[in-house]
Amino acid sequence: MENDLYGEVLLDHNMHPVHKHALPTATCSHQGINPSCGDDIVLSLEIDGGRIINGSYVGSGCAISQASADIMLELIIGRTVDEALHLKALFTAMIDGSITDSELEELDEAMALQNVSHMPARVKCAMLGWKTLGFLLNEK
Amino acid sequence: MNRPIGGYLNVSGEMKMNERDVRADFPLLERYRELAYLDNAATTQKPQCVLDAVNEYYLGENSNPMRGLYDLSVKATQAYENARESVRDLIGAASCREIIFTRNATESLNLAASCLGRAIVNEGDEILITVSEHHSDLIPWQTAARERGAKLKYLECTAEGEYTVGALKAALSPRTKIFAFAAVSNVFGRANPVAEFAEVCHSNGTIVVCDGAQSVPHMKTDVGALGVDFLAFSGHKMYAPMGIGVLYGREELLEQLPPFLTGGEMIEYVTRDAATFAELPHRFEAGTVNAGGAVGLDAAIKYIRSVGIENIEKRERELTRYAFDRISGIPHVSIIGSPDPDDHHGIITFTVEGVHPHDIAALMDRDNIAVRAGHHCAQPLHQFLGVASTARMSLAFYNTEAEIDRFAESLSGLRRRMGYGE
Ligand SMILES: Cc1ncc(COP(=O)(O)O)c(C=O)c1O
Repeated sequence: MENDLYGEVLLDHNMHPVHKHALPTATCSHQGINPSCGDDIVLSLEIDGGRIINGSYVGSGCAISQASADIMLELIIGRTVDEALHLKALFTAMIDGSITDSELEELDEAMALQNVSHMPARVKCAMLGWKTLGFLLNEK
Repeated sequence: MNRPIGGYLNVSGEMKMNERDVRADFPLLERYRELAYLDNAATTQKPQCVLDAVNEYYLGENSNPMRGLYDLSVKATQAYENARESVRDLIGAASCREIIFTRNATESLNLAASCLGRAIVNEGDEILITVSEHHSDLIPWQTAARERGAKLKYLECTAEGEYTVGALKAALSPRTKIFAFAAVSNVFGRANPVAEFAEVCHSNGTIVVCDGAQSVPHMKTDVGALGVDFLAFSGHKMYAPMGIGVLYGREELLEQLPPFLTGGEMIEYVTRDAATFAELPHRFEAGTVNAGGAVGLDAAIKYIRSVGIENIEKRERELTRYAFDRISGIPHVSIIGSPDPDDHHGIITFTVEGVHPHDIAALMDRDNIAVRAGHHCAQPLHQFLGVASTARMSLAFYNTEAEIDRFAESLSGLRRRMGYGE
């Protein structure tokens, strides 16, 4: 029970984020906020020729919002924009509870957030990074 | 079970809450014996007698109050008006004409702001509120100020959540038409010196609107002694069902106010082009009322009376002190507001360094402890305090030391569970 959601992967990304830093080479960035929780991140991407070659976030918020953003960046850096949007669709499906097992594999560490689907109040936290990503990519 | 309402007074009339299980009055607490319900400032649980009274109303008295000329409708009207009398008596109002039933404190405050705004606030006037107001006592005033071309001003508190008479005097101007403030803050738990504030305001010609959502359920309230012009509160925070609230207003002021909502039951005579409005308090109760809810509130007031509001206050003070004791030693935990437990009235808002309040609430939920996290509908206050959000535990007299122990134990383990070393 205890580690349903607050498991090792999530706690580790929250305590020791890999992609939480400034990105001077960013080609685009956008702020995402959950006013009700005070989660607040700025997501930055460096996109070149339709590929996300680098990315980062800065900000503050609950463990779920922060770890989810970090895990997302781990997944999408090096991918094309289309691949990243595909992953976003999969992540959304996972949170909605409408994902197949084979699709789930593709989400790798982001699977750690699957249990958010049982916690309606925290869905926004888990989605914050991905929503901000969607905004950045659809804008291009 | 055949037990008198709140029947746990001993022969000398003293309450022996520890000897008898007062929790037996509350079926939900009985059903979830493992749950430590510490979110009483959000809403309280309901005693069996309240549930029974509502049920009985719908079984034996239900009809549209005021509309019928038949016996059943008279019964419903009587039940509804008896509830009004019960509320009047609870808060020491002079007349039932001063008691308006609403849905909740929020609707009461909207009524006050909208009607007072139109009646007495003009361009260039000022409305004063405090920086710790609940959004329900803040947005309606923002709206009223905007609509009337008035200025909304904020009284600021100390870091301990104290508002002083001196600060109030300095903030009032000849143009301050209204001062609206909570008797007890839902974040700090601190009580304001309501009577003193009212006196200062009245000598300045300022109308006093008091948000009693967190005070009426927990302490003796007498509108005459307090001197407030308006008082808003919710039934559901005082053991009554959701959907019934109260606005008290001084009769001579209510008489001067324009209507709030319009429609059925609030009129006297209607032509195609105009209407005259009903007498107080019905003028402010448009449409079919929540008679079942009012009956539930009536039963809740009787329940409170049987326990004794002084006993409730005393027990909640004891529990608050106990909780303070248990929390104070825990490293990395900060309590918002006063360091004196007696300033908290059952409300302890806190942060844990490095752990977001939503994570606090989620982890405590794993331990079957219900606490609130977020901005508690007081965003300007959180901005003022410089914290994005906080967690809050809030007590009712039916809570126990054992529950507080579990809370404290869970609290001490949070940082470790989030991956921090000792
Ligand atoms: C101080 C205060 N005012 C107003 C309210 C609003 O109460 P309700 O939601 O019942 O209208 C609350 C409750 O959350 C409160 O704590």
